Amino acid sequence: MMDESLDSQMTISMGPQHPSTHGVLRLELVLDGEVVVKAKPDIGYLHTGMEKLFEYKKYQQGIVITDRMDYLNPLGNNLAYVMAAEKLLQIEIPPRAQIIRVLMCELQRIASHMVWLGTHALDIGAMSPFFFCFRQREKILNLIEAASGGRMTPSYFRIGGLMMDLPAGFERRVKQFLEDFPAAMDQFETLVSGNTIWQSRTKEIGYISKEDAIDWGLTGPCLRGSGVELDLRRHNPYTGYETYDFEIPVENDGDVWARFRVRMRELYESAKIVRQALERLKPGPTKADAPKVVLPDRDDMRKHMDSLIHHFLIVAEGFNVPEGEVYMPIEASKGELGVYMKSNGGPKPERVHFRGPSFVNLSALPDMSEGELIADVVAIIGSLDIVLGEIDR
Amino acid sequence: MSVISEVLRSAKAVISGMKTTISQIPKEKWTVQYPDVPVTVQPRYRGQHLLHVDEMGKEKCVACYLCAAACPSDCIYIEAEDDPRPYEDRIGRDERYAKVYNIDYGRCIFCGYCVEACPKDAITHGYNFELSVYNRADLLKTKDDLLITKQKQSDKYRVALSSEDVDSEFKEV
Repeated sequence: MMDESLDSQMTISMGPQHPSTHGVLRLELVLDGEVVVKAKPDIGYLHTGMEKLFEYKKYQQGIVITDRMDYLNPLGNNLAYVMAAEKLLQIEIPPRAQIIRVLMCELQRIASHMVWLGTHALDIGAMSPFFFCFRQREKILNLIEAASGGRMTPSYFRIGGLMMDLPAGFERRVKQFLEDFPAAMDQFETLVSGNTIWQSRTKEIGYISKEDAIDWGLTGPCLRGSGVELDLRRHNPYTGYETYDFEIPVENDGDVWARFRVRMRELYESAKIVRQALERLKPGPTKADAPKVVLPDRDDMRKHMDSLIHHFLIVAEGFNVPEGEVYMPIEASKGELGVYMKSNGGPKPERVHFRGPSFVNLSALPDMSEGELIADVVAIIGSLDIVLGEIDR
Repeated sequence: MSVISEVLRSAKAVISGMKTTISQIPKEKWTVQYPDVPVTVQPRYRGQHLLHVDEMGKEKCVACYLCAAACPSDCIYIEAEDDPRPYEDRIGRDERYAKVYNIDYGRCIFCGYCVEACPKDAITHGYNFELSVYNRADLLKTKDDLLITKQKQSDKYRVALSSEDVDSEFKEV
């Protein structure tokens, strides 16, 4: 016996190869005409068993796995992971390393938001912002490549400091980027924000109330788009974020447009933090004074026997991390990225779990899209800024 | 009336958008015509590995297995051998050398941990990035492919000087 109202309904599968689902996400949509009655995200196509893999890798080897989770924000993932381990080891990080971490993370945030803006605009039908966004991202990727050697898999942060100090001329190049960036932002504001078609495609769509946003556990720009001021850089500061002067953009509308505005305003704030970090950059050590954990300098290692022994022990056997468990949340570009790490005293973690912001934010998608038109689902997915590598892990 | 004004406003938005887009045409190009024009890579770029030799052409590697221990993806395979002959006749710089040194590029993730681990500076990352092959077995590179004296370097890249502003490099293309 079929319910009569169901006769006009149709179930379609959006994805996993749909270009606007930002990866291999499948949505099971129940449609009544063009209206979405029910939306169900189907995830797991990109599952790679990363959390289990951590248990078989030494602490320092786990860093390279974190690169591959949220591949648009790898430095943020690195930071969360190394900070969890540092919290267990109770290592003090020298100020220069902390400032470089902030600098690189904010550059990475800009790069991540650039991909979001480009693909979000592309989904809705604006083609050219995509190319302009990727040009800006290319500049940042060149900077990251100059510092770490990798473009999308930098592994630049290490437990106890950094892989290497910044290369010569890096500061000048970041300054150059910051000089050009406001012009690029003006371009985006003209092309995207000021566009009437864009505004009518995004305003009053994908609404989520303040209470619902909190109940679903949304974090990052999605939460701030619903009028909740929560930014872990301010409310649970790490790596010295409390000393930087920046605003937390908050919009009250709770729709796609509000989330879009929050991210656009965040780009200006990130550029502001990068500028402040550049001013603070003073010469100094980039590795913590912990010879049993941090690899010695290469010159030291070639000349001194004890450094060489430490080098061999750290690389071959790893270092023992005191027993205990920690939870280390950071504000990644998509929201709260938390690392739960449990150590049993050995060189390999007993359990590493990630609280991925994309995963939690995606869970609110049915709530946002039910009752909307099918064409708007694309806009809603774009406004959530999900990365499937992080959702499936 | 509202439909007409909507159409007008949309047309205005399209025109102002197109104006920005068209104004980009005479400006600097950021794309590189890759196979015809070499790609600029940064000095720290992590490409295909190079096994180094000393000034006399003797291999620097002493087969200490430290790179294999550091590797997160277990892609390095080494077989060590002792070579008690005098320096002139030896293959390696030291008495111990790697008889077999394989890197499986089907597994390698180019993280740079082996380079960091090597106490003899025997292995570094080169800049070759064109590693695709037609046969999966060809991804296993042996010493013949990796030694700096034998590895063929591609002409499809150029390395930026460490102080060079690489971003401006694209502007001339």
